[in-house]
Amino acid sequence: MEAQLQQLKEEALQKIEASGNVKELNDVRVAYLGKKGPITDLLKGMGKLPAEERPKMGALVNVVREEVTTVLEARMTLLQEQAINEQLEKESIDVTLPGRPVKTGNHHPLTRVVEEIEDLFLSMGYEIAEGPEVEKDYYNFEALNLPKGHPARDMQDSFYISEDILLRTHTSPVQARTMEAKEGQPIKIICPGKVYRRDNDDATHSHQFTQIEGLVIGENIRMSDLKGTLSLFAKKMFGDDREIRLRPSFFPFTEPSVEMDISCFKCSGSGCNVCKKTGWIEILGAGMVHPNVLEMAGYDSKKLSGFAFGMGPERIAMLKYGVEDIRHFYTNDVRFLSQFHRSEV
Amino acid sequence: MLVSTKWLEEYVNTQGLDPKELGEKITRAGIEVDAVIDRSQGMTNIVVGYVLEKVKHPEADKLNICQVDVGEETTQIICGAPNVEAGQKVIVARPGAVLPGGIKIKKAKLRGEVSNGMICSLQELGIEGRLVPKAYAEGIYVLPETAIVGESVLPLFGLDDTILELGLTPNRSDALSMLGVAYEVGAILSEDMKYPEATYTESSEKASDYLTLRVEAMEENPMYIAKVVKNVQIKESPLWLQNRLMAAGVRPHNNVVDVTNYVLMEYGQPLHAFDYDRLETKEIVVRLANEGEKIVTLDDQERTLKSTHLVITNGVEPVAIAGVMGGLNSEVHDGTTTVVIESAYFTAGSIRQSSKDHGLRSDASTRFEKGVDPNRVILAAERAASLLAELAGGEVLAGSVVVDELEKEPAEVVVSPDFINNRLGMKISLEDMTSILSRLKFDYQAANGYIYIKAPTRRQDIKIEEDIIEEIARMYGYDEIPMTLPVEESKPGGLTSYQAKRRQVRAYLEGAGLYQAITYSLTSKEMSQKFALETAPVTELLMPMSEDRSILRQSLIPHLLEAVTYNTARQADTVALYEVGSVFLGETESGLPHEQEHLAAVITGKWLDHSWQGEKKSVDFFVLKGIVEGLMGLLGHSKELTFERTVKDGLHPGRTASIKLDGAEIGLLGQLHPSEQKARDLKETYVVEINLAKVLNKELEALYYAPVSKFPSITRDIALVVDSEKATGELQAIIQLSGGKLLKNVHLFDLYEGEKMEPGKKSVAFSLTYFDPERTLTDEEVVNAHNKVLKALAEQAGAELRG
Repeated sequence: MEAQLQQLKEEALQKIEASGNVKELNDVRVAYLGKKGPITDLLKGMGKLPAEERPKMGALVNVVREEVTTVLEARMTLLQEQAINEQLEKESIDVTLPGRPVKTGNHHPLTRVVEEIEDLFLSMGYEIAEGPEVEKDYYNFEALNLPKGHPARDMQDSFYISEDILLRTHTSPVQARTMEAKEGQPIKIICPGKVYRRDNDDATHSHQFTQIEGLVIGENIRMSDLKGTLSLFAKKMFGDDREIRLRPSFFPFTEPSVEMDISCFKCSGSGCNVCKKTGWIEILGAGMVHPNVLEMAGYDSKKLSGFAFGMGPERIAMLKYGVEDIRHFYTNDVRFLSQFHRSEV
Repeated sequence: MLVSTKWLEEYVNTQGLDPKELGEKITRAGIEVDAVIDRSQGMTNIVVGYVLEKVKHPEADKLNICQVDVGEETTQIICGAPNVEAGQKVIVARPGAVLPGGIKIKKAKLRGEVSNGMICSLQELGIEGRLVPKAYAEGIYVLPETAIVGESVLPLFGLDDTILELGLTPNRSDALSMLGVAYEVGAILSEDMKYPEATYTESSEKASDYLTLRVEAMEENPMYIAKVVKNVQIKESPLWLQNRLMAAGVRPHNNVVDVTNYVLMEYGQPLHAFDYDRLETKEIVVRLANEGEKIVTLDDQERTLKSTHLVITNGVEPVAIAGVMGGLNSEVHDGTTTVVIESAYFTAGSIRQSSKDHGLRSDASTRFEKGVDPNRVILAAERAASLLAELAGGEVLAGSVVVDELEKEPAEVVVSPDFINNRLGMKISLEDMTSILSRLKFDYQAANGYIYIKAPTRRQDIKIEEDIIEEIARMYGYDEIPMTLPVEESKPGGLTSYQAKRRQVRAYLEGAGLYQAITYSLTSKEMSQKFALETAPVTELLMPMSEDRSILRQSLIPHLLEAVTYNTARQADTVALYEVGSVFLGETESGLPHEQEHLAAVITGKWLDHSWQGEKKSVDFFVLKGIVEGLMGLLGHSKELTFERTVKDGLHPGRTASIKLDGAEIGLLGQLHPSEQKARDLKETYVVEINLAKVLNKELEALYYAPVSKFPSITRDIALVVDSEKATGELQAIIQLSGGKLLKNVHLFDLYEGEKMEPGKKSVAFSLTYFDPERTLTDEEVVNAHNKVLKALAEQAGAELRG
């Protein structure tokens, strides 16, 4: 009987080894370890043995049974793994095929520039003020120290709706309105928006364009504060190594008035086509708020002072992204718009 | 303003600075130098020649063969100019010469005859045609006898000079004169001024014996001075004077006119010369014109005057439009012997008005419009008289004829050095400040902690303390201002709720696949109200530049459609654009139109294009509707949102919906009418416009969390057969109303219309979810609720359960 057992074991182990897949192995399990299998038969036949041999024989059968089971299970794990691997191999795909597109649009480049500027000033505690695009002559000119007949009105030919109403020629009327509303309180705002001037549309002129202006009013606001603020702006928009320089200029609503140049971000001053070989690029106009403007809005110009600055997002976008024709901003050609897709933070 | 650096040297020492360097210094101090122009333009080898002989070219009618003495030799040159003659001194470009634009002169053969160079016109030397004296405008220039044969011509024409082109801001009209620029340069370089001289021998006769003067419009003309010069000989001005005028951009005419223009450029004071004899009346009367009065001006145009126009008359009729242009009837001509020189102060507003009305802007009117220096009116008249004596052999009559009530006192400004430093954020010493004032030639006194300043009348822009701050700062140097940030109470800034939501709207739409467009607000009458959500009286420009840009829009859709068409015409088959912008409606109490911020979007082409997996879908109504629903969900208004079928001009009558929030229309959504699509060569195109302001300003309930329930929900599907016209939205509303509080969600999952259905019927299938957050529902409760729904559907919509 012992020999029979050994033979059975050898047989079983051989068949386990020979089985090539899960089903074959299961057949082996049923054949040898099943209720009708030879090992079970051997156990059943133990009754015929002498009582003193039974425990020994029983233990032996169990040892063989366990041994076969262990080998079988190991084999089973292996075969199952193989089966899974085969299945996975069959399921493999061409990962270089294109994915299902997630179509997204993006900001207009002008909005991109405006929001970048907004975010910088928001982080410095500014608020965003907005106002109407159709304005009263009073807010657009008079409250800004440009009385009727002022020669500087020549600089900006306007679209009038009536004698007293026009399409705003700059975003400065928002400053005038804000000052009036704040009734002598400190102010820290920037004002983005559309403006309109009587120009024929060409590569460098647009009858509609965008402006963004800033205004700070408070006690002891100094020209050095203006310079420091503009320097921060220039570095943020055009790179940390930008230098700025101020040149005297003239605007009716500021005194002193300046224009700000930045060191050329393309050639860093050595001279190129962007800076017209000067090393400097004109970016914006600014100045200390004219006392007449303060007084007209009810601010005491002896106690409070302020600075203001204004710039054109079109010009900034043209410089920054190398756009050569201002009309691109208003044609809305998707081949143009979609180039401003990627983030640039 | 064009400034010849050579001419400038007459009044101030420029320290031998290179013109570029000088220009940079002027720019940094406040007057922008737009260009530095080298008048020689690289010209070489151009000399004075003497035409010894001229014979007709045997082979060409219009050409002459000239033998020209060029100093070193006599050489043959072929010349085609009509005015070339033997005995003339002319400009000769020799072989090897370079003309402006890099043109090189070589030996040539013209119809068989050798030509060793070229006889030149002034235009060929780079002088603009409009500046060339009329006598030489159509041919070569003839040099004066005094020119020396063989010498370079460049110095003769002042072409060895550099011009600074100033871009003047309106406040710096003082720099509209050579003297004004000299003052500025003197201040920058700390140099003193050299003033022009006005010396002549007065005649024994008096001006007042020749002329009487009356000013009837003192307000517009507070000062008028006339000088009389007799026995003048009208001729060409000397070359040096012509050259300076041309350098300044003025065309030389004759010595008298040239002198008035020269003094205008020198002092910034416009002058006018009348022919005394042609005045006829020996009288000058300055008055406002009679309405409808006429005058023929120097440009040979008849002009009709208004009662606001100031005129100079001979007591009978106008002889000049004051400060703008002289009359033809009193013009100085070749036979003139006695001239009246007018130097006057006309007020800026008056001249601006008539210059604008007549569309005439002259060197004179530009200066009057900006305000001339009251203290130069007499100086300029005297300077002109002295030049006429010198250059026209004139005899200056004693004295002048004058009317003068003009205020000539300078304005006084008092400012404390502390105030200046506080505003600048600097610490400039009093000594540095006063030194700057001295350089600027401002009168001042420093006392008691203040500086008392009398700004010269040439600087009419200096009126208040801040003007002095600017003068000090620009001369001290803006580079010296430190960089600081405002010191103030720290307050948070930030976006308003509206602004933050608007940013979210943009981000959402872009995430949904749309590009942001920005289009023009001005449009045509035809397009102004097309597709408008609501219309109101339009806002129209008084003087539009074109019909296409004459009225403010009331809808964003027309221009967005134009942009879409622009793209599809350039091979883009799929275009999705949106815009956030204002529309302009009617008039508010303030007189301004009501500006409403709208959102619009237009889409056409494929929405889904993933062809290798067989997924391809064109845009349709529901694509855009889904975007709108998603947007309203983001903004927290899903519950109040409904769509109702409507009809709108320009949109497909069967595929247009009114978008409503709480039952009130806030937008329109639909397919562009097929005829509109065809007109634009577009495929199916869908548009939406929403009153964004209304949506963003709508109040929101506070966001409050509802506990996530641990009890299961129960779902029941129903398939209904209803009339084809029945709106599914209506069925859904019935279900929602009748389902009671246990019904938590209704979801349409199938819609069928076709062969398997009875004609005129469709099948609609909904999935209903019942749920109670507190407990597990019993079957019975669900059945009860569900039966109510079915009953309501049957009664209110005639819906049958599909078998």
